[in-house]
Amino acid sequence: MDVEHMRRTASAIRQGVIELSHSAGTPHLGSSLSCIDILTSLYWSVMSIDPQQPNQPERDRFILSKGHAALALYVTLAERGFFSKEVLQTYNTDGGRLAEHPGPGCVSGIEAATGSLGHGLPLGIGMAMAARLKKSPTRVFVLLGDGECNEGSVWEAAMMAPAQNLSHLAIIVDYNKWQATARSNETLSLAPLAAKWQAFGWETHEVDGHDVGEITRILKQVPTNSGKPLAVIAHTIKGRGVSFMEDDNNWHYRIPSADEVRQAAKELQIA
Amino acid sequence: MRNAFAAEITELALADDRIVLLSGDIGNRLFDTFRERFPERFINCGIAEANMIGVAAGLAMNGFRPIAYTITPFITTRCLEQIRVDVCYHDVPVMIVAVGAGLSYASLGPTHHSCEDIAFLRALPNMAVVCPGDAVEVRLALREGAKRTSGTYIRLGKKGEAVIHKTPPAFTIGKAITLRSGREICLLSTGNMLPVAVETADLLTKSGLSPQLVSFHTVKPLDVDYLADVFKKFSTIVTIEEHSRLGGFGAAVAEWLSDQPPQRASLMRFGTSDEFLHESGEQEHARHHFGLTAPQMAEAIERRVFGPIRLSA
Repeated sequence: MDVEHMRRTASAIRQGVIELSHSAGTPHLGSSLSCIDILTSLYWSVMSIDPQQPNQPERDRFILSKGHAALALYVTLAERGFFSKEVLQTYNTDGGRLAEHPGPGCVSGIEAATGSLGHGLPLGIGMAMAARLKKSPTRVFVLLGDGECNEGSVWEAAMMAPAQNLSHLAIIVDYNKWQATARSNETLSLAPLAAKWQAFGWETHEVDGHDVGEITRILKQVPTNSGKPLAVIAHTIKGRGVSFMEDDNNWHYRIPSADEVRQAAKELQIA
Repeated sequence: MRNAFAAEITELALADDRIVLLSGDIGNRLFDTFRERFPERFINCGIAEANMIGVAAGLAMNGFRPIAYTITPFITTRCLEQIRVDVCYHDVPVMIVAVGAGLSYASLGPTHHSCEDIAFLRALPNMAVVCPGDAVEVRLALREGAKRTSGTYIRLGKKGEAVIHKTPPAFTIGKAITLRSGREICLLSTGNMLPVAVETADLLTKSGLSPQLVSFHTVKPLDVDYLADVFKKFSTIVTIEEHSRLGGFGAAVAEWLSDQPPQRASLMRFGTSDEFLHESGEQEHARHHFGLTAPQMAEAIERRVFGPIRLSA
C-alpha cells in the first residue's frame, strides 16, 4: 500500500479509537494514538497475513506487548478485515469479547493475550524459535512501550534473542517518552534506549514513529542480513494526531467528551 | 527422581518431535544424551526464569510441547506471573518440571527450599499439579503430562530417593494409587514423602494398626472420588507432604472436606509449619524440625488414634 493511503488509513483508525474511547468510557487513548502508524505499517505493508485465513501456520505474528493499547489493535484488525466493525461496538460491554486488554483468541487476529507488561517479547522469542524448528518463513513482530521497558523480563528476553540469532524477530519500541504517571526517562534510566538494545546485540535503528514510509522500509529488512534480531526505536508522540492530546499525559487516563470527539474528527480529516 | 526425569524426556523426545527441553542453566551433565540426540530441541535459557516460561508458552502456542526445568522456587514463585498469564491464561501445554521440592535442598537454605509452590500453582486455572512419589511415578507422570493440552506442574525431589513401586502401576493424573489396603487409618502421601509414608505405615503396623497406604500423586485435579470413599470407610485420614500445611495437599483435602456433609472420618495433616528454617542441616534434619520423620508421624498418629491414656499407660 502506498504511503498516502497508509496515512489515510491511520487517520481513520485514530478516529475509530477516539470514538470508542468516548462511547465505552475507557482510558489509554494517548498510548493507543502513539502506535497507530506503526500498526498501519505492519498490517498494510510489512506483514504476510491474510484476514481470510487468520490461522494460516506460516503467517507472520504480531504481539501487542503494550496491551493497554488494545483499542488501537482492535480497530486496526477490524479495519484490516479480521472481523466485522460491528464487533467493535461490543467493546467493553457486559458479556462482550473485547475487554480493555486482549484475551487469548478473543477475536480473529489476536496472537497473544497481553495487558501485564513484559510478557510479549518472551512469547515472541518462543514463536520465533517455533518457526525456526518448523523451518517456517514466519517472522515475529513485537511492539513494546517505553514504560514497559521498566520490566526486567524485557531485558532477560533482550539477552536471549541475539544469543539465539533470531534474525526473523523484530521489536518496535513505541518511544513516546511518557509512562502512566511521569516522563519515562525521569522514572527509570531508560536513555540511551537505542544504545542499550544495540549493546544487547540487536541490529538497531531509530526512526520517526509516525513516518509510515520509513517504518515500513526498516521493518521490511526482517529477516535481517546481519543475523541479529531487529530493534526499532520509534520516536513517537503520545496522543499523536489530535492537537490537544499530543504530548499531554493526562490523556493516559482521560476520556474524551462528545465535543472533544468532534474536534478530534475535524483535525483528523484535515491531516 | 532427577535421573528418571532425564531418561524419560529423552524417550519422549524420541517418540514426539514436538518435545522441546528448556533449562534454566542447571543439569550440567544431566542432559548430555538429550542434547546429543536433539541439539535443536535443547535450549539453555540462562538464569532468566521469567523469560524461559514466556518462551515455553510461545513455543506451545505454535505446536510444540515444551518442558521447562529448573530448581523449584525459581520455576514457580519467581516466575509465577509468567506461569499464570503465559501458560495458564493462554491454556497451552507447557510442562513445568521442578527439582528440589520441599526440603530436598535443605542444606542450601530457605532460598532453595520450596514449601509454598503447591499452594501457588494449584490456585491457577488450567494447571494440573502432580507430585510423583518415586522415580517410577516420575516417568509415568511425564508420560501422562505430555498428553495433556494444558499446563502441567511436575514436582520432583532430588536424586537417589528410594524406589517404592517394584513394577509400574496404572497411572492416571488425578487418580490416587493404593499401595496397601488397610482399615481405620488411611495415609495419603503426596510427592517425595512417599518413602517416609511407607516407613510410617510399617511403624504403625508394628503397633498393631493396619493403615491403608496411598500415593496421592496428583494434588490438582484432586481425586475426590477416592476421598469420598476413604472418608466413609476409615476413621482417620492422614495427609503427608513436604510442603506447608497452608495451601498444600492437606489444605486441598481440608477444603474439599469442608464442603461435604459431616463425614465418619477425621482429618490429620502433616506438613511444614509457617516459618523459614533458620538453621543449617540436611533434609533429614529439616524433616525432623517439622515433625516429618516416620517415628514422629507414627507417634502423633497413635496419640490421635489411641488417645493420651494408652500413651501414658
